[in-house]
Amino acid sequence: MSDKAKDYIEMKLPAKAEYVGVVRLTVSGVANRVGYSYDDIEDLKIAVAEACTNVVDHAYKQNGLMALGCSIYKDKIEIVVSDNGQSFNFDDLKKGLGPVDGTKPIGELEEGGLGLFLINSLMDKVEINRESGVAIVMTKFLQRDEVEQDANGVPAPTNAQKQ
Amino acid sequence: MNLDIRTEEKDHRNILYVGGEIDAYTASQLREALLPLTEKDGTNVIVDLSGVDYIDSTGLGIFIGALKSSNSNNTTLKLIGLNSRVKRLFSITGLDEVMDIDEEREEAK
Repeated sequence: MSDKAKDYIEMKLPAKAEYVGVVRLTVSGVANRVGYSYDDIEDLKIAVAEACTNVVDHAYKQNGLMALGCSIYKDKIEIVVSDNGQSFNFDDLKKGLGPVDGTKPIGELEEGGLGLFLINSLMDKVEINRESGVAIVMTKFLQRDEVEQDANGVPAPTNAQKQ
Repeated sequence: MNLDIRTEEKDHRNILYVGGEIDAYTASQLREALLPLTEKDGTNVIVDLSGVDYIDSTGLGIFIGALKSSNSNNTTLKLIGLNSRVKRLFSITGLDEVMDIDEEREEAK
């Protein structure tokens, strides 16, 4: 299988909370185009939104940009969310990574820190690159077992529809 | 892109109906509507999430904050009407272990 991306999509937006939804919708549209299932698309939306929220919350003291890059492969999608801001302390962000500990007293529960945990749970592969700013690289593989597609990527009609 | 928030008081219970997508942008609206309810001593707060089709960690954080607040203010907090996607996030993060969650809507009972 060739390792070259079939298509590449890139977008830059202000690193503000009101644009996280725009990134989410974009990724949803791209993933739908590629042929991901409803549940996989919802997972992708959440993972990407979490990565963007990290940029919005931590990357810049003042205004800055967040960048989205989607590489579409035959069998997977690779999404990069990056900033070129102050390299925030990612290790601090990774501390306490994990689900909520139900044995802890309620008063000690943390309100933040679930974002990276969710990204790790919802994507197949997650890498972090910190050369200039922070780039989080998230991969999700395409499962094509439920619906057969014809050469144009249009789902084949089911038996019920044929009748 | 705003949340649709409506409150209703009946039989000593405060029901908060939420609709829309709870994310980094809209979460503050939820916090402003929900936290004051959890601070009124002796109140039972019910949050109906049946109109919510998207939530991420920012939204989950608001509910953790609300749970802590209700715990220290002698109120109760219950979430109802979660769709399977929203419920899944509460399960993945382990929040369903610490929160009172009922998938059915109040009217369905």
